[in-house]
Amino acid sequence: MGRYILRRAAQGLFVLWAAFTIAFFVLYLLPSDPAALAAGAGGEVADVDPALLDDLRARYGLDRPVLVQYVDALGGAVRLDFGPSYQSGAPAASLVAAAVPQTLLLTGVALALAVVGGVVLAVASVLPRSRALRQVLSALPPLGVALPTFFIGLVLLQWLSFRAGLLPAIGNVGWQSLVLPAVTLAIPPGAQLAQVLSRSLRGTLGEPYVETARAKGAGRLRVQLGHALRNAAIPAFTMLGVMVGALLGGAVVTETVFSRVGLGRLTVQSVNAQDVPVVLAVVVLSALVFVVTTLVVDLLYPLLDPRIERASTPRTVAA
Amino acid sequence: MTQLQEDAAARTAGDATPPTPVLEVTGLEVGYRTRDGEVYRAVRGVDLAVQPGEVVALVGESGSGKSTTAHAALHLLARGGRVTGGRIRLAGRDVSDLTDREWQDVRGREVGLVPQDPTVSLNPVQRVGDQVAEVLVIHGLARRREARRRAVGLLGQAGIPDPAARARQYPHQLSGGMRQRVLIAVAIAADPRLVVADEPTSALDVTVQRRILDHLEHLVRERGTALLLITHDLGVAADRADRIVVLEHGVVVEQGTAAEVLGTPRHPYTRQLIAAAPSLASGRLVAPAPPTAPTASAVAAPRASAATPAAPAAVPPAAPVLELVDVRKAFPLPRGGDRREVVAVDGVSLRVERGRTYALVGESGSGKSTTARLALHLERPTSGSVRFRGEDVTGVRGEALRRLRRGFQVVYQSPYASLDPRFTVEQVVAEPLQAYGIGTRAERAERVRALLHDVALPADALRRSPRELSGGQRQRVAIARALALRPDLVVLDEPVSALDVSVQAQILELLVRLQAEHDLTYLFISHDLAVVRQVADEVGVLHRGRLVEHGPADRILLDPQQAYTRELVAAIPGRRYAAPAAHPSAAPPATAVPHPTEEVR
Repeated sequence: MGRYILRRAAQGLFVLWAAFTIAFFVLYLLPSDPAALAAGAGGEVADVDPALLDDLRARYGLDRPVLVQYVDALGGAVRLDFGPSYQSGAPAASLVAAAVPQTLLLTGVALALAVVGGVVLAVASVLPRSRALRQVLSALPPLGVALPTFFIGLVLLQWLSFRAGLLPAIGNVGWQSLVLPAVTLAIPPGAQLAQVLSRSLRGTLGEPYVETARAKGAGRLRVQLGHALRNAAIPAFTMLGVMVGALLGGAVVTETVFSRVGLGRLTVQSVNAQDVPVVLAVVVLSALVFVVTTLVVDLLYPLLDPRIERASTPRTVAA
Repeated sequence: MTQLQEDAAARTAGDATPPTPVLEVTGLEVGYRTRDGEVYRAVRGVDLAVQPGEVVALVGESGSGKSTTAHAALHLLARGGRVTGGRIRLAGRDVSDLTDREWQDVRGREVGLVPQDPTVSLNPVQRVGDQVAEVLVIHGLARRREARRRAVGLLGQAGIPDPAARARQYPHQLSGGMRQRVLIAVAIAADPRLVVADEPTSALDVTVQRRILDHLEHLVRERGTALLLITHDLGVAADRADRIVVLEHGVVVEQGTAAEVLGTPRHPYTRQLIAAAPSLASGRLVAPAPPTAPTASAVAAPRASAATPAAPAAVPPAAPVLELVDVRKAFPLPRGGDRREVVAVDGVSLRVERGRTYALVGESGSGKSTTARLALHLERPTSGSVRFRGEDVTGVRGEALRRLRRGFQVVYQSPYASLDPRFTVEQVVAEPLQAYGIGTRAERAERVRALLHDVALPADALRRSPRELSGGQRQRVAIARALALRPDLVVLDEPVSALDVSVQAQILELLVRLQAEHDLTYLFISHDLAVVRQVADEVGVLHRGRLVEHGPADRILLDPQQAYTRELVAAIPGRRYAAPAAHPSAAPPATAVPHPTEEVR
């Protein structure tokens, strides 16, 4: 087990390095000039005093060869020092760290809503005796997948905030302000989960061991929740890692639509301003989240499915 | 346990006067809704009764409705299936109109089911002890903790050694036979009056099959439980049943005591089944007398002369077609396990002479399929050598191997999986000819027609898809494909084990006839000794990768020397009525119907 985690951690480090490197060179190749942006000239070099630009370039080390900049940035990233933000001058890492709690709250609530909603919808789409009801319920997940996040967000805003005035439309204050963005963010991944799980459940219900359970005298609920759901959850569980990534991506749009402070909005601002240190910090953080989630999912697999054994797990001695 | 016995005793006493059948089915009709909205009548007016403590075998081929009848007795029909008529009574109580909720109390409690394939019939993510305990919990016979304790006892009764430890294991940690014992424990847990066993051992090896059936029979006899045994294997029915019910196309054609049905079968279908059932007593099939008129292929040969591969004239006649010399095949295991590698074939030597059939028998995991793959150059031996037509071909690769492959062809076990469903029959059979660029388009078409005629398929099968053919017809197509290149060696890997007995007999007859007509050499892989008896000249018995015994078929099968071979021979079902069963089929059936036609299903 220890060796397995060590190997996976090494793989994770490689992913982090690759994400950092690709992001660095993509940002470097962008056409506009960060120094000009920092000087507040919208990237138009001509309008700014060349001495000021040189000064800014020297301050951020932008006048050095790209490889030197890269090695320097990589060395800093290892110490979680991504350098000062071009825009505010504050350390990029602390800007990101300040934005994390709000986004963590939003995505955490959205993840919980997506998982609970997805599982409930999937089970509901196979449980009823009525064929018509099952078909109506099975049609909901594809609909949820098809609707884009911003569209759901705008519709919810229109109805619940502007017309009914039930919930605040924007801001970060109180739990009420969390409801609309979290629901908006949860719908696409939740629907996707429901789709995968309900298909998997329908397949599982045709398995011979389900017939064995029915032959024991088990009722519908026991068959579907006690026998089918856990088996059907195995493929759906794989989606969890992907879902966390989708939630982070979705947070960018959701935070913009609902004018929330958070990582998503910070990312949008930093990319627009080509604030390389902040963007790099965000990229590394997202990659880290991905690496950790997939590792956790893989470590939880054997708990869900006893057939999966880690090769390095000490085996029970055969009698 | 004592309580259970008292229950059973009380029940038997209650049923003593008048004897109420445990299961009574009258005029049962079951229909399946097909995709085009029509109803397929799978069971048509079946009458059937099982008395307390009786073992009744329901025998028939696939599509006969035997499984449907059994599932109707548990109200467990597959999707689209519906009982459209007749009554079902359990211990005198009419259960035909029970609601789904009421059926839940009947299933498991009054009728237990032992399903067909133990490898897929247990929940893979639940401990087996819990799966047995669940029956007791569902029917309120015990609370969870008490149920778990009793589950251990039930596993022990089902013949599982060290049941307390096994109860905590997951299904994938148990062998197929052990899993079937777990399912038997599930079926008997609530002490039902009737156990329905649906082909309980057809997925298991013969020796395991015998032990499981022995144990199941012992359990039901001891408890006074009735057993409805569904089987396609007349031998199993003969060995186990008090009474036998024969089903054909959803209709009961004959029923009576086992001795009556097997000894003096009245219905032609029963006689046909008995004649088709292979047994050691039936002897090797003999090809019909050489036809006086030239065969279809002989007629076709001159025209398809370009298609004829060069005759292996350079080979001295004494050289065996295939010779394996001390071949060993080891597969590496993933790191971290207890062992580095698993040895599938361990020093096997054999010779297959031209025009003869060498049968390789063994149970699953014995290495017989790996040996076949070594012979076909689909695997390379770890050590040892493979000689083909007298030449050492162990290391041949690339284009030379491709040319060599023309000399050996294969027929696989499942004709459902081995034919590309997107091809027509003509394309399937012509593919090897195309692959080697043999003949012109017209010559190939001619050769394909001749081959189809050879395997007794109608000419109109050419344009059809394999999907439209029955299992037996598909296997004929696979045989035609294997013969297309006129190979020196045909490897037959369990060629009839996926087929019904009567179809199985026809395919075996076909193989024997083709061998005589074309001087074919067969390497025949099988787990079924009775089948081997019908075709083999030489037999090799594989056990854990080693050839434990080999020699002429008569000697190996009738006078086995090794303990393992003797165990295999003893495990062949159908010994109880072996003499009468063999009687009508003693004459080689191949002579009777040289070109048997098959019914399309």
